[in-house]
Amino acid sequence: MSAVVSDNLVVGSLRKIGLVTLFLVRILGQCGPALARPSLVVHQIFNAGARSLVIIMLAGLFVGMVLALTGIDLLKRFGSEDVLGVAAALGLIKELGPVVTALLFAGRAGTSLTSEIGLMRATDQLTAMEMMAVDPMRYVAAPRFLGGIIAMPLLAGIFDIVGLFGAQLVGVQMMGVNAGTFWSQMQGSVHIDDVNEGIIKSVAFGFACTLIAVYEGYNAAPTAEGVGLATTRTVVASAVLTLLIDYLLTAAFL
Amino acid sequence: MTIQDGSLNAPVLNGAAVGNGRPTGASAQAPGDSTLASDAITNDAIADDVVAGGVAAGDLVVDVRDVHYGFAARSIFNGLDIKVRKGRITAFMGPSGTGKTTLLRLITGQIAPSRGKVVVWGQDLATLGRSEIYGLRKRMGMLFQNGALLTDLDVYENVAFPLREHTDLPEPLIRTIVLTKLHSVGLRGAAYLMPGELSGGMARRVALARAIVMDPEVLIYDEPFVGLDPISLGVILRLIRQMNEGLGITSIVVSHDVQELATIAHDSYLMSGGKIVASGTPKELAASGLEVVKQFMTGSDDGPVPFHFPTTKSYRDQLLGDDE
Repeated sequence: MSAVVSDNLVVGSLRKIGLVTLFLVRILGQCGPALARPSLVVHQIFNAGARSLVIIMLAGLFVGMVLALTGIDLLKRFGSEDVLGVAAALGLIKELGPVVTALLFAGRAGTSLTSEIGLMRATDQLTAMEMMAVDPMRYVAAPRFLGGIIAMPLLAGIFDIVGLFGAQLVGVQMMGVNAGTFWSQMQGSVHIDDVNEGIIKSVAFGFACTLIAVYEGYNAAPTAEGVGLATTRTVVASAVLTLLIDYLLTAAFL
Repeated sequence: MTIQDGSLNAPVLNGAAVGNGRPTGASAQAPGDSTLASDAITNDAIADDVVAGGVAAGDLVVDVRDVHYGFAARSIFNGLDIKVRKGRITAFMGPSGTGKTTLLRLITGQIAPSRGKVVVWGQDLATLGRSEIYGLRKRMGMLFQNGALLTDLDVYENVAFPLREHTDLPEPLIRTIVLTKLHSVGLRGAAYLMPGELSGGMARRVALARAIVMDPEVLIYDEPFVGLDPISLGVILRLIRQMNEGLGITSIVVSHDVQELATIAHDSYLMSGGKIVASGTPKELAASGLEVVKQFMTGSDDGPVPFHFPTTKSYRDQLLGDDE
């Protein structure tokens, strides 16, 4: 019995990976034509990016503040409060910025993408496009996919900046770390490779989260329950995949 | 005017009340007149036309031959044969769940039959690739049951959508065409409303304007009368007739509203149990002695079409409530 279940799980997982890969091939094929209509992509960058700004900035602020609090508690034990700026910057730029942004992106923009496309399916809008000889992959899926990939690193960058401000607020303004030391240590120890790692991670997360969101919406069952389930799958799969990719990339960059 | 795909060979600038240059003589037949345009039969496969004995190959827009289709364990069609002739309004009627919308999906190449052929303008859809199917669809317009307007675009942009996607017409010309089409459905004044601000009847009229904006040769209506008030219903009926008589557009209407269809259809098919059970003019159907036709035309719940969905459970379940 359990062998049958695990077989089904394996076959089902492989089938899903195959379907997502085929979907990716189709969407990549439509990215060129979609880029030829930049207004569609810009609109989706606005939808996925600008509309997520408030939650990203708030989360960045609090994460930076918490990072400073826990960091100063730890560093004080070794008499190393001076490197708080470096610890906060590296933690944010290499790890927390891309990861937390991706998780929030999946919750805010990913669910929005899935439910929007799923409802377009349920209300025959995608079929209507097909009947007008307009490929929905080109008009709907590809611009959203590109918009998500472009928006994610921008959001992660904003998260990092606001997070550093939050860390400075707690570390320098509240806990008394010297401002000059805080910033100069950061400037001296954070290299361009660290920033590149954060950018590469956020692009990879953007790619994965947006692909999942668009795929689930496009293939959602055309019912209220189907769209709901697809939205749930988007959040769960995006979160798991983000953390998995994070581990693999972190290991690769070591 | 430049048309990218070259599929538009008629002037685009037409309102519903204005002819578009296509020959409409054969299409302006009155409802109920089943006279054929030509007696020449060039295709043996279509000689068994269930509507009227014989059709010239050039007059045949859609030819569905012995189509079988089903999903899961349920069979929808078991040997469906249908012919839709150029310039006529052909109605498909039948009880709910009999596969009327599925038939439209077959005709438009959205799904493929498990057996049999769907031939549109002489081309077997099974042999065509995506781009060729898209090429055929550019010659068709489809009115969806719920309108299927793009909810992030206003009325004007919805109607302009096919023009923007398939042509590189200058904006002033697009504006003229869109407003002309909206005028023909009486909604020029609603051009800048969003779909959410429209009533059901208005949404369907906007969808109709969008469906005709590329001057299609065939218009497909999926349940166009459902949920409409009498005024909106009358408007839609008038528009369907106008599209056919004024523009010579071949119309395929799927509905179960017998009375409404009887006033506009030239040919009618009654579907039940996965097959065509009767065909002819609406008058002929009304006079039919077949039980299934009589039941459908009179709306009786007693007859060959069961009111109850067939059960698959055992008599024990049904009679004793025993789940075994």
